[in-house]
Formats: sequence, C-alpha cells, structure tokens
Amino acid sequence: MTDAHDLPLLAPTLASLPLDLSPDLHFLSRELILSPQAFTLHTADQEPEASWPIEGADLKLQLGDHAGVGSLKLIDAHQVRAHWRFTMSKMPAAQNMVAQFNALQRARSEAQPDTQEQAKMPAEWPEESSESLSPPSTWTLFRLWRFAKPYRAQLLLGFGLTVAATAATLVPPYLTMPLMDDVLIPYQNGVPIQATTVMKYLAGLFGAAFIAWSLGWARTYILARVSERIGADIRTATYNHLLNLSLDYFGSKRTGDLMARIGSETDRINVFLSLHLLDFATDVLMITMTVIILFSINPWLALVTLFPLPLIAWMIHLVRDRLRTGFERVDRVWSQVTNILSDTIPGIRVVKAFSQEAREGERFYQANRQNLRINDRVNRIWSLFAPSVTALTELGLLIVWAFGIWQVSQGAITVGVLTAFLAYIGRFYARMDSMSRIVSVTQKTAAGAKRIFDILDHTASVPEPLHPQPLAGRPAAISLDQVGFRHGNRGILHDIHLDIQPGSMVGLVGHSGSGKTTLVNLIARFYDVSAGQIRLDGTDIRQFSVTEYRRQIGLVLQEPFLFFGTVADNIAYGNPDASRSDIIQAARAAHAHEFILKLPQGYDSLVGERGQALSGGERQRISIARALLINPKILILDEATASVDTETEREIQQALDNLVKGRTTIAIAHRLSTLRQADMLVVLDQGRIVETGRHDELLAKHGHYFRLYQAQLKLNAEPLPLDTATEGTPHATD
Amino acid sequence: MQLTDRMLTLDPFGTLQLQTGANEAPVDVVPVRAFPLGCPRQFIALVDQQGHERFWIDDLDTLPPETAAQIEANLAQRELIPRILRIRNVSSYATPSRWSLETDHGSAELLLKTEDDIRYLPSGALLITDKFGLPFLIPQQSELDHHSQRLLARFL
Repeated sequence: MTDAHDLPLLAPTLASLPLDLSPDLHFLSRELILSPQAFTLHTADQEPEASWPIEGADLKLQLGDHAGVGSLKLIDAHQVRAHWRFTMSKMPAAQNMVAQFNALQRARSEAQPDTQEQAKMPAEWPEESSESLSPPSTWTLFRLWRFAKPYRAQLLLGFGLTVAATAATLVPPYLTMPLMDDVLIPYQNGVPIQATTVMKYLAGLFGAAFIAWSLGWARTYILARVSERIGADIRTATYNHLLNLSLDYFGSKRTGDLMARIGSETDRINVFLSLHLLDFATDVLMITMTVIILFSINPWLALVTLFPLPLIAWMIHLVRDRLRTGFERVDRVWSQVTNILSDTIPGIRVVKAFSQEAREGERFYQANRQNLRINDRVNRIWSLFAPSVTALTELGLLIVWAFGIWQVSQGAITVGVLTAFLAYIGRFYARMDSMSRIVSVTQKTAAGAKRIFDILDHTASVPEPLHPQPLAGRPAAISLDQVGFRHGNRGILHDIHLDIQPGSMVGLVGHSGSGKTTLVNLIARFYDVSAGQIRLDGTDIRQFSVTEYRRQIGLVLQEPFLFFGTVADNIAYGNPDASRSDIIQAARAAHAHEFILKLPQGYDSLVGERGQALSGGERQRISIARALLINPKILILDEATASVDTETEREIQQALDNLVKGRTTIAIAHRLSTLRQADMLVVLDQGRIVETGRHDELLAKHGHYFRLYQAQLKLNAEPLPLDTATEGTPHATD
Repeated sequence: MQLTDRMLTLDPFGTLQLQTGANEAPVDVVPVRAFPLGCPRQFIALVDQQGHERFWIDDLDTLPPETAAQIEANLAQRELIPRILRIRNVSSYATPSRWSLETDHGSAELLLKTEDDIRYLPSGALLITDKFGLPFLIPQQSELDHHSQRLLARFL
C-alpha cells in the first residue's frame, strides 16, 4: 500500500467494517476500525468520532441479523457498550471483525502479545461477486455476432446476392425513362414507334425482372438456412449454459419463464435474422441506390423527393424508445401468463382437491388482462405510427408531382424523367414503410436477445477452478471447517466443524429447518459455502472440477426423480455406457431386480412422467440402483426412506445397506431408528451442531437427541398407523 | 392472559425479557410480526432464543401503551423496510441493476438481482428485495415522481 494518510500512531488496523446504517437505522456510511487497543468509528477519512477502548477480558462481540439488517454489539459482563448496525452486504466484513476480535482477546488472555499470526483470516468471500455486474446491454443484438460468426461465409454470399438482387430490381424504373421520352412522347408527336427499340427495352425489363427473381430466391434460401442454424445454436448454447448453472439460479427463476426464454425468444431471434433483418438490409440498399440514381438523373428533383425523409427518420427515432420499453414489458407480462400455467398444471391435483378451479381461472384471467392492458398501451403508439408513415409517403408523392409538373412546364426536365422519379419514389416510400416496421421488430428482438443473454451472462455461483486438482483414489474423508452458509438475508448454517472418517456413516438429525439438507447440498457443492471450507481428503472441494467432484457422489433423495425413458436408462443415468449386466447387478443390489422383471417389458419398460406407474418404494429402489451404478465414494441419503411405509422401508433399507458398504455416507433421516447403526450422529439445531456422538452416547447425555428420540418413541407407541414422516417433532404448544 | 409492563422488562443488554409467572425465571424474547406486510400491528409473537413462541399478542393496540411502546421500539430497532421516495437513477435496465435511491431512511443503494425480486403486494404496493435481502417498499407507484415512475416501469 502506498497511501500516506496520517494514521494515529497506535493503529495497525486489524479489521475494518464499513457500517452503512446509523443507530436509528438511517443510511449513513461510516467505518468501524478494530485496532489492538480500541474500536474507533470514522466518518469518511476524518478523525475518529468515537472510540471504545478494549480493556478487560470480559468484552465480547455479539453478531446477529434479522431481515436484512445485521447488528454487532460490544458487550461486557454488565451492559452493552456499543451497538452498530449494517446491511447484510457487510456481513462478511463483520464476521471477519468478530474473528479478529476473538483472536485478539484469546491472545490477550494467553498473554501473548503477538496476534499477527492469528490475524490471517480469509479475506475473500465467495459471495462477494456483487461487483461483477454485467454492463447495460444496449447493443445486445450485436452480441448475436458470436453465434453468426461460424456462418460468415454464407452470410457474405447472402449479402452479395442481396446487393445484386436489389440492383436488378432498380433497372425497370430506369428503363421507363427512355420508353417515355424516346418512344411514347415522340409517338404522340407523330413519330411512328420503332419495333426494335421497343423490343430492346421490353427485353431489358423482362431480363431485369427475371434476374431479380432468381437472385432473390437464392439469397432468401441461403439466409433462411443460415438463420435457422444460428437460432438452433443459440437454443443449444443457452440450454447447455442453463444446465451448468447452480441450483441457486433455478431456485430463483420460474420454470415457465425459462422455458419461454429458450423456446420462443430464440425463435423470435431466428425470424428476425431470416426475415426482418434481411428485409431491412434490402431496404437500406434499395434506398441508397435509389438516392444515387435519382441524384444522377436530376439533383434538384432528387432533393425535393428526399425532403420528407428526415421527417420520417425523426419520427421513427421518437417512437423507438417508447416501443422498446413497451415490448420489454409485453415480454415480461407474457412470461407471467406462462408462469401461471407452469405453476398450476403440475399442481393440478391440489387445485382439484380443494376445488379451486375457478380461482385459478381467475388468476389466469387477471394475468391475461394485465397482458391485454400492456399490449393495448403498446399498440396505441404502434398503431398511430404505421399510418403516419403512410400519410407522410402520400405527402411526399404529392410534393414530387407538384414540383415535377412545374419543372416539366419550365422545360427543365422531360416527362420521362418525371415518370421515372414517380416509379422510383413509389418503391422508395414503400420501403420506408416497411423499414419503419423494423424498429418494432428490432426492439422486440433486442428485448428477446437481452433475456437470452441474461441467462448466458449468468456465471455459475459454483465456479470451476482455473487449475483443478486431480481427485485421488479411494479414501474419502470429509472435513468441514468453520462452515457457514447464508441464503439471502437468512443465516442457515453457522460455524460447522465436522470430521467424517473415510468409509464411515454419519447421520444428520434435527428438526426440519435445522439446516441438514443445506449441509448436504454444500457437501455436494450445489452451493458454495459463505464462510469456512469443506475439504475432501485435505483439499478444499472448490479446487476440484465440479463435474469430477460430483461424480464421486451418489445421491438418493426423498422423492426419487425418474426421467421419461426405460428402466435401464434410468438406472444407467449417471453412467450411460454401463453394460446391461452392470445395470442388472446394480438393480439386484438395490433389490429392484425382481419387481423390474414383473414389469411387462422388464428393463425396457418405460417409466417417468408418461411411463409405467411405479410405487414410491419401487422408484426409490431404482434411484438406489442408479446411485450404486456409479460406484460413488461418497453417498448422500436425504430422507431416502421418509415417504414410504414401514414395510417398504425395510426393503429399501436392505438395498441401502448394500449401497452404504465401504462408502463415506451422510444420511439424513427423521426416523431416528434408521440411523441407529451410524458411526456418528450429528444433531443440528438452528444451523449449529449441538451434539455429536453415537446413538447410545447421545441417549445417555439426555440432551437434544434424547428429546427427539423420546418424542418419536411416543409417536410410535400410539396405535394409529401414523406416517412418521411428519415434519419435526410435535411441540407442546399449550 | 393480559400482558402487562411488569411482565415485560428490558435487561441491561437491551433485550426484552418476559416473565410469565411469579416463580418463573425471565426468558429473553424477541417480538416477531406474523404479517409484517399485510397486518403489522396485529398478530405479534414473542419468541425465545430457540425460536419457540412464548406469548401471543393479537393486537398491539389492546396492550397497555407502555408495553406496546416497548415492543414497538424493539421492533423498530431491528426492522428496516425503507420506503422509496425517489429513484435517482439506475445503472442499467438489464438486471443486475444498481439503483440509487432516496428513501425515508436517507439515500441508499439497491442492487436488484432479477426482476423477480420485485413483488406485488395485495395493497398495490411493491416490495423490492435487494441482493442482500434488505426489503424496500414503494407504497404506491403513482405517488412517485414522474422520473422515478419512468425508471421503475422499465422493470415491471
């Protein structure tokens, strides 16, 4: 650091926390600095406005947060010395400060003045990616070039053909000039028509039309082909990118919206490229060429003819902005409409069970009405726009007629020139009209492209390391070191320390919402930790390539998901190259073999959304076979037996026993009985580990686990065949 | 049971303490609104450190004023839902977008991650949650000035 501001003598800064809230919760930025002697509060770069000396071992920092506001308290044994507040963006800095302070206090109590070594805390936090904001994408359409590049040769050819075709269409009006001046007008004045001259001109007209036709056909075909391919590439690229985004992204987006983006937006881009852009290019060429021709014939008449042009351009510019925002809103509203569909259709059983069809209908109607309202607003501007352009066109023609007749009467131009001008300008303004349409289409497409690039620009929040470490062979010791995780403004896990021996089975126990699934998601690297680190055999899991790492993990979920396809495909999902005998072996081990044989087409039976109906237990065993087949080092069972009855559970349990053998297993279960053979039980409560140990040890402790266990015993003792998968334990409310 | 100011006290650390019976030890409690947006003055729970409900208040207005004031003061200390008075400018119309705002809590910055973080409340208000989870409120769009409304409309 080269800065030279005069720090007070005492102050090596240990940690600094930018506070952005005042005590009465107004936005105010100040900075809290921790030095070995004191906390000091600064506004900007000024002298400290307050300071709290650090004296006595009973000083503590207390960090908390609620609904987006963090609070840091400095307390001693009797009272609160100071209370600072900040928004959650400063949480990592606050955590760092607490860690520094604790290190300081520890060092002090051990009478070691040297704190520097402890002071090396992680300075970078994975969630700090807020600075990498994507810039405003006004030129989004140009970014499509990335997809057009592979086809540049064909595009160039298409463009060449466009130029030639356009030139060919401009020949006929030019020929009207000699036809008029050399043939028709002399004839009116008594000169007979010469058949050869006429034939020559007519042949020219025909030739030009024929060439224009064949060139036009070729260019349309080539460009449509190319744009279809570009559209397909965009779709594939977007979908592939989407698949690689972290779970986090899918959690925050709605399925309907994503489907609309990949489906209809790419289609819109496609149509734009093949149709509208092509038209526009032709129009621009046509206008440029026409202008050149007009000026070469008669500059003055040309000037008059072009007079309405700036007016039209200005109008287009004026309306463009409003239309663009309007079309963006139309898109957004449209995805709201599809969202309702994708919300309701999968939940149709619930809708019908509670007979809420009318209400859902109403919801759809409302969204539709909003859609109408916004479309109406856009159409109001849009509808005014097109006729205005046409009116201006007519006006332009009128001007040319008037000026032309006057010029002819002055003898400045011939009738032929005037006819040619009128022929040209008819085309010219017709193009103007269609050009004005490009505005709205371009804006629509730009909005669509923006929504596509929204996906493409989103980097996975589980980043791939630049230089991934190779994964070693068997042993799979997992250690969690001071792991913390927060989602939005909610802290979900705090300070998790856990060492899992290779090949051992760890059971995670706790109320629902205590953070079990989150912990497992962190271990599977669906999310990255917000603090601390998770290590596999001593290496931070963020240093492995994500796919490599996940390949080591077998996951069995509460609700097994089967894709549409055969049973064999589903079992071999994690390893499509598996041989048939591998698949059968896995199915056997998962106790799925026998029921699969009972299906009409055995392993070739179709399952999944539109396939064979399988029971929960059967589906679960298929998913266990799926996990077995990839022979994972680490196995995660997330409530694998929660949604089935006890009989089925027994079958699944046997299947699981085969699966667990020799693998590091992390199991979540509400039914504590299923975890009895675990080597270690970890009891979580409100995102913290409260107890660890074996089943009997924990029972002997009479703590959290004991209470959970008692509650379940009581529940099982009741004669009712209750589904014990009830969330959490019953609390005695009254 | 009626909640009186004798039952609810503040300890030196500024934490509310609830004493439900003469012989019971006081417990640290935190007031939590059940409907912070829809119905903030009614349905408030006093929740202990473990997250268990210790006392239920149907309506703040039925409490003795001092007790109600104490609870409100505690809520006000923790709750921050700034009202947006003016949107000065936005960094881009594509999300993520950084908004510079004037709120009733001073000028602030909001980082909008996606348009989905803008939530329509039944009252017609908009609740905008920034990337870090801080909620901002626009009670009525039409009450914003023209410039702010125009910027806002780009995201709705």
